[in-house]
Amino acid sequence: MSESAPTTDDTRRLAQEARARIRFEEEALELSDQVYRVARRLVGSREEAEDLVQQTYERAFRAWRQFTPGTNLRAWLLRILTNLNIDRGRREQRSAQTTSLDTEAGDYFLYNQLESQVPEENPDEERVLERLSQDSVVEALADVPHDFRDVIVLVDIGEFSYADAAQILDIPIGTVMSRLHRGRRILKKNLADSAVVT
Amino acid sequence: MIDWCDKCEEMMQPYLDGSLSDVEVAEAQKHLALCSWCAKRYHFEERLRRYVRVAVSEPMSPELKTKLAALRTPL
Repeated sequence: MSESAPTTDDTRRLAQEARARIRFEEEALELSDQVYRVARRLVGSREEAEDLVQQTYERAFRAWRQFTPGTNLRAWLLRILTNLNIDRGRREQRSAQTTSLDTEAGDYFLYNQLESQVPEENPDEERVLERLSQDSVVEALADVPHDFRDVIVLVDIGEFSYADAAQILDIPIGTVMSRLHRGRRILKKNLADSAVVT
Repeated sequence: MIDWCDKCEEMMQPYLDGSLSDVEVAEAQKHLALCSWCAKRYHFEERLRRYVRVAVSEPMSPELKTKLAALRTPL
């Protein structure tokens, strides 16, 4: 009888762990669509994004005990994903790396350019926005050099906080802010160059 | 006035991100209330961010969803 007590405890502990694991896997899977949307814009192709997301989940399910319950699971998954992306050397160097990083045009540049193409006087913002072609936005984002693009994808597309983005990319929060600021200007410059309906 | 618009342009991104100090927010809002030129550009930027988010959003394929579900620990 004295030997049965620890066995019961063990059984209970195992059952508890199994429940925690099932809960973890369910919660992680619920986030998979959001994880994929971010992954898709971090890498160049759909196939790469799918591979990366699959590897991320394989690793996450193996390492689930390392996740601290109550913290941001989506950020934890993205941290795994960006590490895998770096490990695989899949961070393509876009040609934009060498193209103009001239962001001197400022933040009003895109608006000013689009507004000048609207025939009517004093148009509202919606009319100005209509000058952009949605199809070219993907390309305009892809052409932002990856250091800047990663931050835009996490903060503006994935809606992560500065702090989460800093943790995911393992860079200081100040770097997140400066890259975001500059990256958005580059994106707007790219949009002005390529995404304007003619 | 021109200087104020330049300053307002510089503050636009941190303003929309909610990362300005209370004093700076008050400064920006004071200018935006008076300057429709800047106010329009702020509204445009807000819409642009949403527009980009939607334009680049690509849903996951059902096949990948199935593959991921299959990675779960068998019960």
